[in-house]
Amino acid sequence: MATTIDAKIPAGPLEKKWEKHKSDSKLVSPNNKRKFHVLVVGSGLAGASAAATLAELGYNVSCFSFHDSPRRAHSIAAQGGINAAKNYQNDGDSVYRLFYDTIKGGDFRSREANVHRLAEVSTLIIDQCVAQGVPFAREYGGLLSNRSFGGAQVSRTFYARGQTGQQLLLGAYQALCRQIALGAVKMYPRTEMLDLVLVDGHAKGIVTRNLLTGEMQSHAGDAVLLATGGYGNVFYLSTNAKGCNVTATYRAYRRGAWFANPCYTQIHPTCIPVSGDYQSKLTLMSESLRNDGRVWVSKQKGDKRSPQEIPEQDRDYYLERKYPSYGNLAPRDIASRSAKEVCDEGRGVGPSGLGVYLDFTDAIKRSGEKTIRERYGNLFDMYRNITGEDAYQGPMRIFPAVHYTMGGLWVDYNLMSNVPGLHVLGEANFSDHGANRLGASALMQGLADGYFVIPYTLGNYLATQSGKKVSTDRPEFQATEADARDRIKRLLAVNGKKSVTQFHRELGLLMWDKCGMARDAAGLREALQRVPGLREEFWSNVNVLGSSESFNQSLEMAGRVADFLEFGELMCRDALEREESCGGHFRLEHQTEEGEALRNDDDFCHVAAWQYTGADSKPVRNVEPLPFENVKLAQRSYK
Amino acid sequence: MNFKLKVWRQKSANAVGEFRDYEARDIPAEASFLEMLDIVNEDITARGEEPVAFDSDCREGICGACSLVINGVPHGPGKAKTSCQLYMRRFADGDTIWVEPYRAVAFPLIRDLAVNRGALDRIIEAGGYISARTGSAPDANALPIGKREADLSMEAAACIGCGACVAACPNSSAMLFVAGKVAHLGLLPQGQPERVQRVVRMVRTQDELGFGNCSNHYECEAVCPAEISSTFISRLNRDFALGATKEAAIVA
Repeated sequence: MATTIDAKIPAGPLEKKWEKHKSDSKLVSPNNKRKFHVLVVGSGLAGASAAATLAELGYNVSCFSFHDSPRRAHSIAAQGGINAAKNYQNDGDSVYRLFYDTIKGGDFRSREANVHRLAEVSTLIIDQCVAQGVPFAREYGGLLSNRSFGGAQVSRTFYARGQTGQQLLLGAYQALCRQIALGAVKMYPRTEMLDLVLVDGHAKGIVTRNLLTGEMQSHAGDAVLLATGGYGNVFYLSTNAKGCNVTATYRAYRRGAWFANPCYTQIHPTCIPVSGDYQSKLTLMSESLRNDGRVWVSKQKGDKRSPQEIPEQDRDYYLERKYPSYGNLAPRDIASRSAKEVCDEGRGVGPSGLGVYLDFTDAIKRSGEKTIRERYGNLFDMYRNITGEDAYQGPMRIFPAVHYTMGGLWVDYNLMSNVPGLHVLGEANFSDHGANRLGASALMQGLADGYFVIPYTLGNYLATQSGKKVSTDRPEFQATEADARDRIKRLLAVNGKKSVTQFHRELGLLMWDKCGMARDAAGLREALQRVPGLREEFWSNVNVLGSSESFNQSLEMAGRVADFLEFGELMCRDALEREESCGGHFRLEHQTEEGEALRNDDDFCHVAAWQYTGADSKPVRNVEPLPFENVKLAQRSYK
Repeated sequence: MNFKLKVWRQKSANAVGEFRDYEARDIPAEASFLEMLDIVNEDITARGEEPVAFDSDCREGICGACSLVINGVPHGPGKAKTSCQLYMRRFADGDTIWVEPYRAVAFPLIRDLAVNRGALDRIIEAGGYISARTGSAPDANALPIGKREADLSMEAAACIGCGACVAACPNSSAMLFVAGKVAHLGLLPQGQPERVQRVVRMVRTQDELGFGNCSNHYECEAVCPAEISSTFISRLNRDFALGATKEAAIVA
């Protein structure tokens, strides 16, 4: 039976909730903190900031990463910036505006209280990062510089060239390194979490595999924090790093944690178009480019002229035409879908016809090449390196690509899942971005969760756990470890004919086709038929060579792809059941006459939190209603 | 395009390694070097031989995971790029390409082309940070920092931690890596309180870990994907001299 969910949102006026909750939260005394062992899985912005901060507070922390170093987590690749309601530009920004923009950007499918908290702590993040030495861009007077970003009419984005994620991650990584040196954090690099261990219904440990030696190990703790990122690689081609995967969160789902809104995936409008099926990933060009670049295609179908030969009157600056007040800064989902539309009409550019122009000619005329080079130099270099084309001379070609996943494990206001003790942070949870994330908000959320939310809320759980320590001698650990071993053995025993990559690519194409930028019931039903078939074939025909007792990258990938092959089905199921369009979830059946997303607030103004019920039975769809007490539900308009 | 590859294969740190020949056939010119290796690995796997192990992750030049020595040069031909951002159109059809792992005492080999660069983390742990406990920071604009200093600090901070500088150096020195971090933090006012202990500890740690010293070959700068300037090493030397003197004075 489906449960109606209580997210434990504190009572009281919106702007007082977090303040009150912090005062009401339980504290753990300093001498008890060191007795609690916290397992943090993942070392990106959310994981590293949480691990460092909890260690500073005195908790005993272990941190796990499948990378060789915590600094390689995919947060490193975020380019554009981080939002904060500092109002340093005096342009009318406020905590409320950041809150409202994020709620509206998320198409009214996120929690008011969470988003308001995010906006509140956003300002603290900037202070913290500057104190750590993050070299944000500055003005000549020495003050911090800002840029504007999609979905906002104020300049609230802080940035460090096109490498903001790198610099923020290095800040968190260095704080983490300091704690590692102090002995407060034990770091486990090249260690992958394969399963979650539950004892008496509480998350009390994990099973890991040492990727160098293949050694399986159980780790017991008083709480488990998953900060393992998103699942965009279910599409095979995405802007995610090769290693990004769903395994930790999906395994937690199989152990009882609810998976919320898996169908909410973000397709980023400005990526370098696909050039062939050898490709291993897609490269994002920061959305900040839309500050100065103008997006256009020819007004004529199949126009084969070079961009320079197409005169002004034959060009369709379709974002500026359709959304005059936001123009090229329309939110990501809208910009992506508009690009798909013009390509579907046959007006796409480039060899594949799947691309649109992003043109800097006017900006270069207005501000000079030097200024543009200063702002985006590294992005233009990257573009030239990959495509061999010079974007100072002619327009870039861009096309949408899978970038971020708003769905994730369900968490309450304390960032704890329905499984007591299991907390989920950053992209791995579902909570703050609704059905669409605004640019420069992922970094904000990851660091908010790690630096300023979990350190306050974790105590609410731990304070109830005194004297309830478990050790890895418990049968639950042995049973979970045996499961994980068995799975690896099975992967190696198939001895089939097709490579892991081939399966992954097939799944990706299917998901992109049926559960990508636009979805419909027929397509989703078809995918629900085909994914299990592909999975079956995988388990009878995959070819994984080598042994489990060595550094074996195909085996690592095989485990991750096996989980994607189950998870893809859950995504399609969620997309099928959500009979509306909202944000990144666009159902062809539900659109306005102008082709915009048409929400169904009467029936779907809620979070869908899926509950695993066994390998062969349909998961249960639990519902958390989303009451809006402070903002009025409206059709998003960026016109 | 077609290529002849000579790839270093070595089962584990203690096994004997050797170059093995592989054919890379029908490679699109737009493929990256790692995508070319992916294609070759698919062929190898289909033949029942274990694929070539190599590290990579973001494949857009920022995570620093990829670490190949291509035709004798870390990250291969061309300036300011990682192995993942090297594209096959740079080679001529039919070329023979040598692919090796980084070779440095402080980077023990794991398998084939993958090495362990944990030593770089140890150097950061030794002092490559500003101690700023979460929650105690003043307002971000309370401390104006000149654009020049901020920009220079950013240039030093751009290091991706790939370790190509070490692999390129005849002394396997990590001086450019250390210098980048020392300059990034030392150029900022926030970094001043720990400036002396930072540089001394980081340099001592790199020595202990088996990295060599700098003797001004500048191979590091030539291969650095983030174009970290070797002038930061001069800065490091000055800071270290000052730091070591202060340290000696304190001990005395």
